[in-house]
Amino acid sequence: MKTFKVLGGGCRNCEVTARAIEQAAKEAGVAIQLEKITDMAEILGHGVMSTPGVVLDGQVIHSGGVPAPDQIRAWMRD
Amino acid sequence: MFDALGALIAFRLLHLEPASGLGAAVHFFVMDVAKIFVLLVIVIYVMGLLRAMLSPERVREFVRERPDWQARGMAVTLGAVTPFCSCSSVPLFIGFVEAGIPLGVTFSFLIASPMINEVAVFILAGVLGWKLTALYVLAGLAVAWFGGIVMQRFRLERWVEGYVWKIRLGEANRVEPDRSLRGRHRQALAEVREILRRLWLWVLIGIGVGALFHGFVPEDWVSRHLGGEAWYTVPAAVLLGIPLYSNATGVIPVAEAMLTKGVAVGTTLALMMSVAALSLPEMLILRKVIRWPALALFAGVLAVAFTLVGWGFNLIA
Repeated sequence: MKTFKVLGGGCRNCEVTARAIEQAAKEAGVAIQLEKITDMAEILGHGVMSTPGVVLDGQVIHSGGVPAPDQIRAWMRD
Repeated sequence: MFDALGALIAFRLLHLEPASGLGAAVHFFVMDVAKIFVLLVIVIYVMGLLRAMLSPERVREFVRERPDWQARGMAVTLGAVTPFCSCSSVPLFIGFVEAGIPLGVTFSFLIASPMINEVAVFILAGVLGWKLTALYVLAGLAVAWFGGIVMQRFRLERWVEGYVWKIRLGEANRVEPDRSLRGRHRQALAEVREILRRLWLWVLIGIGVGALFHGFVPEDWVSRHLGGEAWYTVPAAVLLGIPLYSNATGVIPVAEAMLTKGVAVGTTLALMMSVAALSLPEMLILRKVIRWPALALFAGVLAVAFTLVGWGFNLIA
């Protein structure tokens, strides 16, 4: 089980990112838990200043824009 | 080339009269849509290939713990070259505050960033030429530099929301981005898609407004009322820009149409700056971290600065 967090104030780009991750997980048949973090203290607690950011199992793996589809697919593998 | 394409579609295919308002508008619209979107794709892709991950997190590390003038110089330059989504301005603001970067320097960054970015600069140069682009960039840098200094004078600290001071920034444990050529190519393509998705509507609206202006606003009316003689046209342009929400790229076609019709250069620059840096939605986002008096000051300082820039260029021209 992978736990994803999408960090962002709730703008469109953050929504798009969250949906893309859900979609990719469904296609890959991977069970994930996805949480949208809008609390600024927690977002900055991860050291991220440019949203949307993505955290996988406690590790920041992306920040500053909507991630590319094949990037998201790669997160589902290993 | 784009001119010919516009003529082909407007006059040959649609059989419009070149002298008619509709003909001129359609010609302008087709020409600008083709020109600006081709430029956009090329510029964003090349920038995506070149960009060595200049993220706000990096900027913060560069700027912190430097003397004021150095920090401001870097903040303004980096603000001009780093594009960021406006919803990032809140975490960015908090991150800067937390690093102990003076608020005036942070505001210099927040002013420079929406007003000048490399995509807008290249499109501006492609559509209006290098001379006007240089004027716009220089004026924008100056406004960002002095705007931040003026704001600092008002002891902004008292208007920052209390919770901002309490947040502590964690250590980012980022994985390094893929630096191979394939990785960069993929990154650049993703960037083209993302930025185009964010911009296309604003650019189309901008071209539409520009086309209507170009086709239907009579030239002698423009030169009589907007030719730079009347002092009030510049502040009026700045006020008009505030409720108009777009970005620097979106207003370029409007500026193009205005200039070809004889609107004064300073008036046009003032409108461009106001639309790019002074929009209501962006200010409402900043409301999350600063109180109303600070927002009013921000708007006031920028409005005065843009008016001065406009008057200055109208005088010189």
